[in-house]
Amino acid sequence: MLSLLVLVPLAGLMLLSLPFAAPLRNRATILAPVLPLLQIILVVLHPAGFWSGSGGLDRFCDFGLKADDLSLVMLLSIGIVVFVTLLVVGQLVEGKRQRFSFTNVLVVAMIGMNGTVLLSDVFSLYVFIEVTTVSSFVLIAFNREKSALEGAFKYIMLSAVATVLMVTSVALLLLVAHGTSFSVVREALHASSSNVLVKIAMGAFVCGLLIKGGLVPFHGWVPDAYAAAPAPVSVLLAGISTKATGIYALIRLVAHVFAGSQSLNHILLFVGVVSIVVGALAALGQRDMKRMLAYSSISQVGYIVLGLGCGTPLGIVGAVFHLFNHAVFKSLLFVNSAALEQRLGTTDMNQMGGLGSRMPFTGTTSVLASLSTAGIPPLSGFWSKLIIVVALWQAGYRAYAVVAILLSVVTLAYLLLMQRRVFFGKVPQALAQASEASFGLVVASVALAGVTVGVGVLFPWLFNTFLLPIGGIL
Amino acid sequence: MTAIDMVLLGALVLSAMATVMTARLLRAVIALAVTSVFVALLMFRLNANIAAVFELSVCAGLIPAIFITSIGLTQRLTPEALAVRRKERLRTVWYLPLIVIVAGIALSRVHIPLETAAALAPAPAGDVRSVLWALRHTDLLGQIVVLLGGVFGVAVLIMEVRHEQ
Amino acid sequence: MSNDLGHLFTIFAIGAALTFVVGFYSLVTTKNLLRALIGVEILAKATTLLIIVAGYVSGQIALAQALAITLIVVEVAVIVVAVGVVLCIYRHNKSLDATFFTNLKG
Repeated sequence: MLSLLVLVPLAGLMLLSLPFAAPLRNRATILAPVLPLLQIILVVLHPAGFWSGSGGLDRFCDFGLKADDLSLVMLLSIGIVVFVTLLVVGQLVEGKRQRFSFTNVLVVAMIGMNGTVLLSDVFSLYVFIEVTTVSSFVLIAFNREKSALEGAFKYIMLSAVATVLMVTSVALLLLVAHGTSFSVVREALHASSSNVLVKIAMGAFVCGLLIKGGLVPFHGWVPDAYAAAPAPVSVLLAGISTKATGIYALIRLVAHVFAGSQSLNHILLFVGVVSIVVGALAALGQRDMKRMLAYSSISQVGYIVLGLGCGTPLGIVGAVFHLFNHAVFKSLLFVNSAALEQRLGTTDMNQMGGLGSRMPFTGTTSVLASLSTAGIPPLSGFWSKLIIVVALWQAGYRAYAVVAILLSVVTLAYLLLMQRRVFFGKVPQALAQASEASFGLVVASVALAGVTVGVGVLFPWLFNTFLLPIGGIL
Repeated sequence: MTAIDMVLLGALVLSAMATVMTARLLRAVIALAVTSVFVALLMFRLNANIAAVFELSVCAGLIPAIFITSIGLTQRLTPEALAVRRKERLRTVWYLPLIVIVAGIALSRVHIPLETAAALAPAPAGDVRSVLWALRHTDLLGQIVVLLGGVFGVAVLIMEVRHEQ
Repeated sequence: MSNDLGHLFTIFAIGAALTFVVGFYSLVTTKNLLRALIGVEILAKATTLLIIVAGYVSGQIALAQALAITLIVVEVAVIVVAVGVVLCIYRHNKSLDATFFTNLKG
């Protein structure tokens, strides 16, 4: 029944494009959130008949989709972020036709991401990553503004380089493996691990994924694309799109396919820590809120890769947990910036001030998200960072752990600076009329804040039920 | 038979260079189509008949058509501007043959360790069509979705924004 | 893996690598958006050729063809969307100049 996660949205898209479905099209933004909502419910309630993968639909068309714990966490994150994005779209995109087109492309992106996390074949992984990427191009360029188009074009260029790297890697892997599914590739890599071609293949694929994930030194497209994209697209990109494509694939490959390569772990550790540092330092000096959040995303993704590079099960648990938390709190921060943009028409922080009294929900949820990002207890971000630091310490990478902790302080600094500039202080003359954001945005931000607080507070219980099984991946 | 292959490869690299070095955009697109033809010929030599046909029809037909349409929709250069552009291009672009020759010499010294790559049990050799349908149907699904995404995307980007009110 | 096939692969790999060089050179030195896309196409062609060769050498020509066909289709979608973006940029700037594009990998 797993194929339904990919086939139902696809069928929905095709049906809604038919001529007689016009009344349904106008309600597209109300119909569409049903899909990710169902996805969230399916993951949380976990009906066995759906997930066992051997009943019903799978007898007719077997797409080789499998869902293990990592996939479940990803599906949950995807569901949450896409749901929130659709809420934001309903508020911020004008015109029924526009909203329908937007929803269409968004659902295509969701199909791509769902497919990516359920597959167990290297080349199909690339294909579905490309699906998500192509729909991201369109979404970024959606409002056809100049800066958005430039951001989209930069993304296209770097993504093309990533494509070349990944497919060349698959070609080289064909030389040693007689298939491209995970198990076949893993055996082949194991058998010929000393071959230099194999090493080049692994390195090339990882570099391609680093580009897609927006890590240093391939992060050039991230600030432009995140900042210039329309507000709901920034939520989608930062929350899940780069994570589901680049980072998830990295986790999946490192854990399952490239198992136990020490040099790869060292590369990941290095890239991770450099991303943390560069992202955090660059975020300090930004004027535009979305650009600052973009650099902050680069920094947080560095933490995920740092946990991954550890090589221990605990590190992977920390990485996956931080991925989920990042999806929640980064989406929340971008929803807040969308709310600010809606009411103020700008994301330039120098023009803002004292909005805490005028936009109470936005302000409060923003503070919660900032504290969670910086890793303050008892919010969710604290726990995931703690796990990563402990994993690093246990694996002997003491210096990296220290750097990670220090940069948390920097993270706290730039986020609190943002809070102070935007929400505290005096209200400038021009913004005297500002009021709280529209209902949908408030609902989205409150829901996300609830998740980040809830996960943080309920953490001890979650640890045993939710997270330890993920550690069994390695 | 490697002589023919080497000639075809050489022609491929030459036409790729021509694509980059020519000053007129239209000629660059035609050179791209010629490059695709050489790639397809090489694929025919490697017994990849169906992929070669795909390459011909898509990369030597559809994509140049898209490019030529977009060139037609954008501005043409006047002859003076063309001469200026030609001089500018020549300055940056003449490095290319040099780089290609140097790279070629450097690469031919590199020894690719294929002998140590595991000798494979002969893979289930099949017809492409059966492989594509039976084995890689997930890829087919992916193709459908990506084409759908492309279609929606172009509809979004190219369509004029019509005010609904 | 016989020596003959190894020799063949080496020759083709060199050819593909040189095409990569040409494609990357085009990406890095171009000032025109459409030429950048043409560079991307050249890279994609070299990659397709590499897959077919790898399949031929390892005896899996059917699988390699399937992969190559999928790759071609995906590339078409990417190029189509990219041309759409370029046309929108053209509508704004009335030119295909890529001057905003100076630090490609930065």
